[in-house]
Amino acid sequence: MAVPVAFFAVFFALPVAAIVARGLRAEDGAWRLGRLGEVLGQSDIRHVLWFTTWQALASTALTLLIALPGAYVFARFEFRGKQVLRAVVTVPFVLPTVVVGTAFLALLGRGGLLDELWGVRLDTTVWAILLAHVFFNYAVVVRTVGGLWAQLDPRQEEAARVLGASPFAAWRRVTLPALAPAVAAAALMVFLFTFTSFGVVQILGGPTFSTLEVEIYRQTAEIFDLSTAAVLTMIQFVAVGAILALHAWTARRRETALRLVDASLTARRPRGAGQRALLTGVLLSIVLLLVLPLAVLVQRSLDAPGFAYYEALTRDDGGVFLVAPVEAVTNSLQYALAATAVALVIGGLAAAALTRSDAGRLVRGFDALLMLPLGVSAVTVGFGFLIALDEPPLDLRSSWLLVPLAQALVGVPFVVRTMLPVLRAVDDRLREAAAVLGASPWRVWREVDLPLVRRALLVAAGFAFAVSLGEFGATVFLARSDNPTLPVAVARLLGRPGELNYGQAMALSTILMVVCAVSLLVLERLRPQQSRTGEF
Amino acid sequence: MLSLQGATVRFGARAALDAVDLDVAEHETVCVLGPSGSGKSTLLRAVAGLRPLDAGRVRLAGRDLDGVPAHRRGVGLMFQDHQLFPHRDVGGNVAFGLRMHGVPKAERAARVGELLELVGLPGAGRRAVTALSGGEQQRVALARALAPRPRLLMLDEPLGQLDRSLRERLVVELRELFDRLGTTVLAVTHDQGEAFALADRVVVMREGRIAQSGTPLEVWQRPADEFVARFLGFENVAEGTVTGEAADTPWGKVPVPAGSPRGPVRLLVRPAGVRLADPADGLRCTVAARTFRGTHVAVRLQPERAPRLEAACALGDAPEPGDTVGVAFDPAEIVVLG
Repeated sequence: MAVPVAFFAVFFALPVAAIVARGLRAEDGAWRLGRLGEVLGQSDIRHVLWFTTWQALASTALTLLIALPGAYVFARFEFRGKQVLRAVVTVPFVLPTVVVGTAFLALLGRGGLLDELWGVRLDTTVWAILLAHVFFNYAVVVRTVGGLWAQLDPRQEEAARVLGASPFAAWRRVTLPALAPAVAAAALMVFLFTFTSFGVVQILGGPTFSTLEVEIYRQTAEIFDLSTAAVLTMIQFVAVGAILALHAWTARRRETALRLVDASLTARRPRGAGQRALLTGVLLSIVLLLVLPLAVLVQRSLDAPGFAYYEALTRDDGGVFLVAPVEAVTNSLQYALAATAVALVIGGLAAAALTRSDAGRLVRGFDALLMLPLGVSAVTVGFGFLIALDEPPLDLRSSWLLVPLAQALVGVPFVVRTMLPVLRAVDDRLREAAAVLGASPWRVWREVDLPLVRRALLVAAGFAFAVSLGEFGATVFLARSDNPTLPVAVARLLGRPGELNYGQAMALSTILMVVCAVSLLVLERLRPQQSRTGEF
Repeated sequence: MLSLQGATVRFGARAALDAVDLDVAEHETVCVLGPSGSGKSTLLRAVAGLRPLDAGRVRLAGRDLDGVPAHRRGVGLMFQDHQLFPHRDVGGNVAFGLRMHGVPKAERAARVGELLELVGLPGAGRRAVTALSGGEQQRVALARALAPRPRLLMLDEPLGQLDRSLRERLVVELRELFDRLGTTVLAVTHDQGEAFALADRVVVMREGRIAQSGTPLEVWQRPADEFVARFLGFENVAEGTVTGEAADTPWGKVPVPAGSPRGPVRLLVRPAGVRLADPADGLRCTVAARTFRGTHVAVRLQPERAPRLEAACALGDAPEPGDTVGVAFDPAEIVVLG
């Protein structure tokens, strides 16, 4: 327990506090809390706040609308290719936001597919952002809601039917109440992710649309107005705290005793025209919304004679970088591996501590705190690292460790979320059996817990690896220009004019997507059959 | 060997174990019998060190176990539902305790083979535990608990999940095995048949306290009180007043064993002590129901103005429901309860 707490204190609380303090203290050290009112008084800041909130609400509503039928189909229908499709649906979630932005740019932007076909461009409208958010968060709903839906005992609904309820009434009175907390939890997660959206809005929003996170980045990195950035960080912090508190509350409600059965028993082949139409509709929406953008991305990256864009990546005369862009791949992999290791150690220790049966209220509160890095501005964390960790004993500014540490911060919540349900499902009496046979607490953990959660650990590692690989907000500050990671390199290429740079961005994004997708597909094979790791 | 003094465990305001005193001698098999919630599992957990005592002490071979963690107590515990490690094969499960105690590999292998032989599963070491039947799992759990040669072996509902015929066979096997090995055993169960077949001594528990302790025969023949009598399945319990050789009860005069103290008492009439006779003699009853019990027929009798009585009749001469019979009582089958 002490190790994760210390980690979060030094690498999360300290940087964030440092940057807020830097922004809100005058030269003489006095606090300038008046800035709060001043900043909030600016009409463009109020506009950013308003836009952040309503786009998040709209994105969440749209995601639920499109993904809930998907959750039903995945939960209750058996069809060919379901396993593969489930993995395909999850790929976008672990894709770096930069790739998602780029893919939608290729689909909806200037010279994009729709532009070529019908002259339609959406990249300057809010629709591009909303659709990208749906793309990104589809899996959150399908996994959280569908995971539970698949395990709800259909006999409960049958019991209601036998007692005289119509099919709709049975669904509304029996299934919906059981699902509601999961729907609420999924909606809150989607809201959280879209509220703090950075990469997607940065690339698709253009000059018109800016979320809080993008604004923080602008104020910090472009205008150097640290005090405004600090105020915005605090606002986002409060909002995220509130969302997480709500999420923890719904999670507690979700733990109410539901009769769960093996998911493989509840699914069956669709019957009748209505069910087949629903299945077709869902498959179609997946193809249009999830597969098409990625396909266009790949197509664009190949849209030159031979593999010209890919070949260009290997040359270091482009002037954009000091090194050949392809070296970003090696950098990224090294950083992500280190970040994964850190996230596994910290997250694993935290999850183990949270599972102990004597864990008190305080420890359980830490559970929710672990989620904070998901919501707090990555830009703030990144910049905070630079100003907080620059003096002895912790002078990490020039250390390569800085990037993996920041990435691990985002990976830890995924590790904890994945490990916790599995660890909690380990029967305490197995541990007791081992203890009575002479195993010390540490041996119990090694002999009982570890073997039983090994698969979950691998899944957690995969998630941590994927999100570390795609981390953008913090890395963009921390990665040295001669050592860019993949997402940073993509963003830099996109920021430059010219056909070749655009093509290289597409090519690099494709490489990043393939790396993420492959690691995810490997995980899907490992995923334990009956586990309830479908939080995300 | 094992000695509990005033052992108390509280869950909130409720005492799951309420000042329990219990001694188990070396090589003795003691069976704790009680309904669910009587605190019998808590007793085992307290001895194993899985649940700290709120008061009292536990001694094992003269040593106070206060503050000694579970893994250093050197007791064996066979869990309800066995709790075999699903990620290890049969051999791995049996060898677990030996590994924890640092037994060298060669010795471990030999001991595992020996134990699997002992529980009747020779050569099963490589099998997956998930592929075992209930009875086989039970044997593996037993071998696992015995492997580190615990000073005291505890069994929590050892045969609870198994079907009847298997249970009856295993109980005999267990008894023989414990006699042969000279193991000291403390078992808990809610099944009286299991307890009586297994134990040298039976301890009946009720709401965290010991209601009665004695040999199976003693407990069966002379239940200490109404709770024990009813828990053992006897239903013919009534209040009465002893005056000399008989007692006044709602069923009329019932003879009592000689030397019974005078005054108000509770009486148990065993079903075998309810003799059916001509309706003209004794208590007039109507036959309400009849249940075939294999060795006898249980007949429920409704007297005209008294609580129901259960009688055990020989297979051939049980009356039909609706018949009217007379009832007499056999003093040898009547127990004055405390």
